[in-house]
Amino acid sequence: MHLLAIGTRKGLWLATSADRASWSLSGPHHPMTEVYAVAIDHRRDRPRLLVGTSSSHFGPTVVTSDDLGVTWDEPDHAPIAFPADTSLERVWQLALTPDPEVVYAGTQPSALFRSEDGGRTYSLVEGLWKHPHREQWGAGFGGQAVHTVLPDPVDPLKLTVAMSTGGVYRTFDGGSSWEASNTGIKAYFLPDPYPEFGQCVHKVSRHPSRPERLFLQNHHGVYRSDDAGGTWTSIADGLPADFGFAMVSHPHDPDVIYNFPLTADGERFPPGGRCAVYRSADAGASWEALREGLPDGFWTAVMRDAMCVDAARPAGVYFGSRSGEVYASADEGESWQRIAEHLPDVVCVRAAEV
Amino acid sequence: MRVLVLIPGPLRQTAGNQAKLEVDLPEPATLGALLDHLAERYPLLDRRLRDERAGLRRYVNFYVDGEECRRLSGPDTSLGPDAEVRILPSVAGG
Repeated sequence: MHLLAIGTRKGLWLATSADRASWSLSGPHHPMTEVYAVAIDHRRDRPRLLVGTSSSHFGPTVVTSDDLGVTWDEPDHAPIAFPADTSLERVWQLALTPDPEVVYAGTQPSALFRSEDGGRTYSLVEGLWKHPHREQWGAGFGGQAVHTVLPDPVDPLKLTVAMSTGGVYRTFDGGSSWEASNTGIKAYFLPDPYPEFGQCVHKVSRHPSRPERLFLQNHHGVYRSDDAGGTWTSIADGLPADFGFAMVSHPHDPDVIYNFPLTADGERFPPGGRCAVYRSADAGASWEALREGLPDGFWTAVMRDAMCVDAARPAGVYFGSRSGEVYASADEGESWQRIAEHLPDVVCVRAAEV
Repeated sequence: MRVLVLIPGPLRQTAGNQAKLEVDLPEPATLGALLDHLAERYPLLDRRLRDERAGLRRYVNFYVDGEECRRLSGPDTSLGPDAEVRILPSVAGG
């Protein structure tokens, strides 16, 4: 069965399909909570759903389900808690690692947490929290958050995170020490447009078979790094705009990436209101628009975690919009169908075969 | 002394599915002391009411004998014998 988890501003929906042609939808799960982070953990015998929820009344938490959303479990004590002078506002990212018990959570305010019990309880990664840059990390429109967590697919001591604002940071010692990793990434909104840190990075992705190569959507700017984030070069040529939020790697081909361009910071719609996913098959050297089945008059946007792929062959690609529509492609993005509409703002999608 | 706590529907599952809790507290008592007491028995309820700094969640109201605690002394509001603490989610969201 194919599962697509759809996190929205007002709850979680789960779409299931046997053939990726027809989908059935259940939800809302956790209604009236913001669901910015979902992981489908199939490293264990029974797949586990991990969901970061945030209620405007009752605060944020992480819940899990080992029966695909029939029942949900939440620890009595806060699974993610800051030291006493700070409070958790939102979980932005739940990232799985090769170790089936280890899960990382990226949060607002900007911090990283690590779980060693399969994502039920977490502890603060002190090295990043105590980083001397922290007091200078700023808040973008969405708040100050670590929204991207990329554990190395091989080496458990290596980890890359991205935050808005702050930029990319990486560790080579399991989180004890961190270095800013933004050389070449522009921060046009700062007096020094190429600072050591302070960039408003929107998303970073990579393919597990090429962990040294990263793709990045910036707050204006699209980049690639071939040295694990040491330096970045633009791959925006060929895109209709260098603004956007999403950046997704193909599940099998490390040269293929997907992006959803928006016109500009001051015009957060696809160019001309034409809904289009852009795909590069050569690691960003060139891009093609994928529009078959996608609408015009699409005056909305796709958020940083609202696009994803599954691991099937051919790969499925999925995205959701702030206008509550979800589109799916079962042929690597060549053609699309709308599988959900009239949902609340979609902020996160994750797909897997379960 | 005994205090009556009224739990709103959305939170009853975190309070043993009870709508009312009768709590015995040593005098003098405050709202904060009541919440500390509840946290020991119902930690999940406490997380819905307070953040990890023990701050009252912004959109949860605590009426002490009919008066919202923020118009009194917040968590330091005194609770008299037979006080009634009514917990209500505030009007918020869209």
